[in-house]
Amino acid sequence: MAVAEKRMILKHADEPGYSPDITCYMKHGGYQMLKKALGMKPEEIVNEVADSGVRGRGGAGFPMGMKMRFLDRKSGKPIYLVCNADESEPGTFKDRQIIHKDPHQLIEGLMITAYAIQAAQAFIYIRGEMYEGARMLETAIEEARAKGFAGANIGGSNYSCEIVVHRGAGAYICGEETGLLESLEGKRPYPRIKPPFFPAVLGLYQCPTLVNNVETICNVKHIVEMGGKEYAKIGRPNNTGTRIWSVSGHVNKPGYYEFECGALTYGELIYEVCGGIRGGRKLKAVIPGGSSSKILRAGERFKGKNKDGSEFDWGIEDIPLDFDGPMAAGSMSGSGAVIVMDESTDMVEAMANINAFYAHESCGQCTPCREGSLWLRKITGRMCAGGARIEDADLLKSVADQMAGRTICAFGEAASWPVQSFIAKFKDEFVAKAQQAGNASGAAKGSGFRLIG
Amino acid sequence: MSEQSNKPQEVTINIDGKDYQVPAGMNLIDAVKQASGKEIPHYCYHPKLSVVGNCRMCMVEMGTPMVDRGTGQPMLDEKGAPKIGWMPKPAIACASKATEGLHVRTDSPMVQECRKGTLEFLLINHPLDCPICDQAGECRLQEFATDYGRGYSRFVEHKNVKPKRTQIGPRVMLDDERCILCSRCIRFSREIAKDDVLGFVNRGSYSTLTTYPGRQLENNYSLNTVDLCPVGALTDTDFRFKMRVWFLKPVSSICTESSVGVNTQVWSREGKIYRITPRENNAVNDSWMPDSGRRLYKQVESENRLLSCKIGGAEANFGDAIAKAASLLGSEKLAIVGSAHSSVEEQFTLALLAKARGAPVYVPAHLGEGDGMLISADRCPNTRGALVTGLISALPKPKLSELESAISSGKIDALLVVREDITQAGIDAAKLAGIRIIYIGTHSNATSQAAQVVIPAPTVFERAGTFINQNFRIQKFNACVPAPAGMRAELKVISEIAQAMGVEGLDGLTVPQVWKQMTTEVQELTGLSFESIPDDGRQLQAGRFASIRFPEGPSLRYNPESTSTATA
Amino acid sequence: MSLELKPETLKKIDSIIPKYPVMRSAVLPLLHIIQEEKGYICKSAIEWVADKLGLQPINVFEVVTFYPMFRQEPIGKVHIKVCRTLSCALGGSYQTRDILMEKLACAENGTSPDGQFTVEFVECLANCGKGPVVQVDEAMHEGITPDKAAAFAESLKKQTAKS
Repeated sequence: MAVAEKRMILKHADEPGYSPDITCYMKHGGYQMLKKALGMKPEEIVNEVADSGVRGRGGAGFPMGMKMRFLDRKSGKPIYLVCNADESEPGTFKDRQIIHKDPHQLIEGLMITAYAIQAAQAFIYIRGEMYEGARMLETAIEEARAKGFAGANIGGSNYSCEIVVHRGAGAYICGEETGLLESLEGKRPYPRIKPPFFPAVLGLYQCPTLVNNVETICNVKHIVEMGGKEYAKIGRPNNTGTRIWSVSGHVNKPGYYEFECGALTYGELIYEVCGGIRGGRKLKAVIPGGSSSKILRAGERFKGKNKDGSEFDWGIEDIPLDFDGPMAAGSMSGSGAVIVMDESTDMVEAMANINAFYAHESCGQCTPCREGSLWLRKITGRMCAGGARIEDADLLKSVADQMAGRTICAFGEAASWPVQSFIAKFKDEFVAKAQQAGNASGAAKGSGFRLIG
Repeated sequence: MSEQSNKPQEVTINIDGKDYQVPAGMNLIDAVKQASGKEIPHYCYHPKLSVVGNCRMCMVEMGTPMVDRGTGQPMLDEKGAPKIGWMPKPAIACASKATEGLHVRTDSPMVQECRKGTLEFLLINHPLDCPICDQAGECRLQEFATDYGRGYSRFVEHKNVKPKRTQIGPRVMLDDERCILCSRCIRFSREIAKDDVLGFVNRGSYSTLTTYPGRQLENNYSLNTVDLCPVGALTDTDFRFKMRVWFLKPVSSICTESSVGVNTQVWSREGKIYRITPRENNAVNDSWMPDSGRRLYKQVESENRLLSCKIGGAEANFGDAIAKAASLLGSEKLAIVGSAHSSVEEQFTLALLAKARGAPVYVPAHLGEGDGMLISADRCPNTRGALVTGLISALPKPKLSELESAISSGKIDALLVVREDITQAGIDAAKLAGIRIIYIGTHSNATSQAAQVVIPAPTVFERAGTFINQNFRIQKFNACVPAPAGMRAELKVISEIAQAMGVEGLDGLTVPQVWKQMTTEVQELTGLSFESIPDDGRQLQAGRFASIRFPEGPSLRYNPESTSTATA
Repeated sequence: MSLELKPETLKKIDSIIPKYPVMRSAVLPLLHIIQEEKGYICKSAIEWVADKLGLQPINVFEVVTFYPMFRQEPIGKVHIKVCRTLSCALGGSYQTRDILMEKLACAENGTSPDGQFTVEFVECLANCGKGPVVQVDEAMHEGITPDKAAAFAESLKKQTAKS
């Protein structure tokens, strides 16, 4: 029996008859928690969030309560709240569900968070390709304003906060928090150097700013509802609450699923919840947390010591589905996007696809990422077009090693970790490509990559 | 003036195992250079521009003394020395400031690997242009690749193609393939020149520097971007393909465009000047200079240069010219027109001659509009020299009306004119025909053409001396190229004329000799000598002239409001 | 900078700018609005936006060329975006795109000679569970595998013939 979902955020999203308008939302208890929050002191809400242990669900997994406490409240400058709805990590499609199916949950979470940090204004940065999502958010905000849940004098209190929906225009780097702030300021989205530009101190317009993911902000409402300590009982220590996992690739039932942290393993997710590999094929590889995370090879063993001293010896199937599980296996949970690949996948072509993504999305500000990402793409592109050499595998690793840790923002790691892990775990395929060199890999006319199973 | 100590607070930092004292909060690249002399290689960092940290060349290993979280006490290692917590990832030095206890490794294996990696990345799309690139010889990509690079290339793909040799402004050429996207030029244009005209378009490795289509990089500070550019992406169109820099000899000089006294470097080979670049002086011009000042060297070889002595329009030798001049200047109705383009030494000497002959001195002013940056309203480099040396006692005016009426009324019938065209100062050219004129100067003009005797003089590039700028700072300039054959220094000319006229005490004058006299007779110059003036100049006390309302407004490093009379 | 904009467009622009504490932030929304009306961003639009927000044209030009969603040339009437990133590629999006380009007669630059269709190969559209996904103007179409691509192309042709 497959482990059951625990739908907290997505509780109503797919219910028959549930609509995204405010009437339906309020019928299901919507905005009650905002009212409750307005009766609390802002620091009390921050304490609840800290007690809950909720971690960011956008990719970095940083504790939200700590982030809220870092905000510089002494500078006299206005504090800003930014919701990162620029869902662009390949494999991720969870925020889309919240925005399109239950936008008011985000609005309510946003207003509670804004009140907790006494934000002067809130922004939702949504990716430009989500036309309908942006419209739905605008409508929801208008509905909320009409009922006094957003805008001036929220809930009759003397706290006011306007929400601005700001659309991006097709850049993955706008999902990086300081890149987002630069884009929001109307400039090229070049991430800022840290130090000194930590958003908690020098964020939007050089004012203290809190940037959080859509799903993370939605959790705030539930934390206010049940209290931080109760929330912390869901999941396990350091991995509290539920998470929405986006599963795609060669499974029978790809889709989004919300589980209590650690309630199941990757194996149970792939084989029971998602119905196993399609066509009855064998698993070859899993990307556990969005394309930036390190890839796991089927058959690999992950060994180590838990925090309590006990030892673990896992295959992919045994890794707990939460924050720390994939990290213990040498990867990360990132944005919660699981990409499953079966034995028909040509790993060099998969690598080429990922490298092309990062080369296209690199902002170009700093040397290692700008030049390195394109170099990686050119190498794997050449390999797929029949020009692979034996030394290319080592060259790829060397180039990636020169990028990781040397860049202004985490994009350097995001572009290099896949290469490092692909070479570490699938070097044989890269070397084999060289031995096949001279025959183009059966590429269809114009496409360059097969990538079909 | 406050009574507190001017000494900034100092901290101890450790560079490669040795402790040094540096000002607290100083930029780490500058601190390491100042304290230990070591250069941390960098491209995008510049002390006068905002920090962006995008080239990643200046990465070093950093650590701070570890502190026990429980007791707050410093942690010690087995030897009892403070334990240093080294950061696992390299950090950029340009974004770091000197703090107490900071430890830096500038040459560890990690740092060497970082530099190799960064250089490799910079070179993979860089065109093989060295043989045709003007920057060769002063190119930081060449230098750092030699010093820190891997030494061989592993790149076998196709390089990016970008626009080459685009003229983005009247004086600047851009080659986008060479650009390493450090953004120094963009930051300079935005922050210093205040002309936001450059930017990056496209994305990733296809990012390209450009101006907005239809706009040009044409402000009067555009060539500073060429100086700033670490590679040959931005080059000077005037200097393009003219000379390899390793053949050029740099000599320090001062720009004569205005009283700002921009410090310059004049580059020449075998007596020919090829370009002028700014010289760093944080009290005057930072690291910048106006484009218009850079072209002043063209005067050395201009068509109307005076090259030989003339008597009555016919060529003559020096001795005859001096004799003739002396005789013509024997009149009792002699006047002298001096120049604020002459050096302090020359003005002092001329003043002595004037006093000896009892002749009145007139100096015309050349005024223009100051640009608030490095061109002031006074377009002469040494007006204050004329005041300090006593050549004149009041602020010069553009029109020499007193002289004009003196000539008209016949009170003056002989003029010794130095470096000035008095027809530009309100004297009608027709009036010149009625008086005897001796002209000493560099270029032919209406006055020199009306003169009975013309004696050529060297330009600022062909002689040494000092100027006093708008802030009463005395600065040295040196001879960069030899004067044309047969030409004597102005000091020599004056002293010969004086001798021939029977004036005592002005014979055989050289710059050091003049100084011996000036240092005892000129109040502001007491205790100085030509050799003792530092290369970046010396601030003088200007108290004597506090009541004069000079025409200059604020410049980059000069504010007429503040009483900046502190000695250096 | 002469730029003719509809009154509704100007109204929308004037209502958006005050929402931001700093005017420059309005660059992106203004470019979106103008592109919605005109179909692309021309030089006059760049200068108009710069002037409106107190910026230099280069500041706006830098932004326009950075983001793939802004185009400086007009495209076909129907804008078809096929996702090329890993999950959709694993489902065959490369073949889907090739088939669409062939059936809709789009040349290498992506636009058909009659100006009807533009097929663009874009990065992850955040709908990976239903891939390969194709976005046609603002509508998201899911599961367009290679075997369904030809039929999809036909339906697009029929749709645009009707309108």
